[in-house]
This record gives sequence, C-alpha cells and structure tokens, in this order.
Amino acid sequence: MVMVQDCCTPDGNVMILACSGGSNVGQLANQAAVELTREGFGKMFCLGGIGGHLSGFVQSARDVAQLVAVDGCDVGCARAILRHSEVPLQNYLVVTDLGIEKNKDFNLKQDDLKRVKEAVRDAVVKETTKTQQGQNPIQGCSCCG
Amino acid sequence: MEIKVLGPGCPKCEQTEKHVREAIQEAGVDVTVTKVKDVMDIAKHGVFMTPAVVVDGEVKAVGKVPSKDEIKSWIQK
Repeated sequence: MVMVQDCCTPDGNVMILACSGGSNVGQLANQAAVELTREGFGKMFCLGGIGGHLSGFVQSARDVAQLVAVDGCDVGCARAILRHSEVPLQNYLVVTDLGIEKNKDFNLKQDDLKRVKEAVRDAVVKETTKTQQGQNPIQGCSCCG
Repeated sequence: MEIKVLGPGCPKCEQTEKHVREAIQEAGVDVTVTKVKDVMDIAKHGVFMTPAVVVDGEVKAVGKVPSKDEIKSWIQK
C-alpha cells in the first residue's frame, strides 16, 4: 500500500492556540504562534473556530495529542474559550506572567517575542518529558504512525 | 444519515473507513458513506489532522481511528 506523504500534519502534532488580543501581549502571543509554526515546532490553529463552536475545530482541540494555549494577559480569553468548549488545558501560559507589561504599543520587541517563544517551547518540552516518564501516552502522528 | 470520512489516503484513513462501513452493517442503519480525499475539501471541515469522521455535519473524531463501538454510538439513536 502506498503511503500518502501529506497525510499527517506536516509540522508535527503540537497544536498552538494563541490569543490575538488588542494589546502588545495579545499580539506577542499571536506572533509567537506564527513564528513557531514557521519554525516547525507546532502548528497554529484557529481559536476563533473553537470559540464559534464549529465542530471540526472543537473536536480537533479535544482529540489532539499535544496542545499549548497562550494568553496575552490574565483576562484569559483563550483559557475561557477552551474551558467553555470542554477542551483540556494541557499546557498553558500567560505572556504577562513572563514579566512583560501589557500596553497598546504594537511595535513588538524582539526580546519579548523571543522570551514568549522560549516559554512556549519549554511548556511543551516539560509535558513531553512527563510523557516519556510514562505518565501519559503520546499518540504520535495518527495518520502515518 | 451521512458519514464522511476525511483523509487523503493512508493506512489509518482506510482503517477508519473500514470501521465505519462495518459498524454501519452491524448496526443495520441506513447511512451514506462518503470518503473525502481532496485536501481543500478536508480543510473546509476545520480539522487539525486526519483521519476525521463527520456524522451529519458534525465532526466526531479527529486524528484517530474510532472503534466500531464508538461509531455505533454515533449512529444508533
């Protein structure tokens, strides 16, 4: 049987859900998700679709092996959306918890962006380490594995 | 009732379709099964990965092969 190369999610199974709120920290969360997707760490997915209760998006978030949600601030919109849709909050971080102050300056600082990206990577690595210690099974690539 | 199996074609996508067809036969329910292979059509369902199963427009499973019992629970009312 011939394997279809594009069957699996090409950028891995880490779903990245980011706030894209109207502040520097909301946009840092969003831009971090964009760049981590480009770098192949994971794949940015549609928080809006989950918020809109579109079944494809909701079920995808419920069924994915690894998910990381990033909120800009402790208003916690992404967290609220996921809780409302009964999506388990596997890995979660808030940009302002990293010591980045919230403001309305959309000229994002590269140092801040780097810190957010590192925090996202660290959050998922910790969960992966727990998995390797046998605490939770990794599903792996579901199409080609 | 309509079930769509989303997947461009791989062992697990084909296993999913097989489970769906067997579950329907065992349940004795009148269901139309459609295999959606085109990636643009798959994307319209908003799924993160494949295989995926859609029952009457509602996505029930994504990125895994559902069991026959699970499928029957979706189609038997």
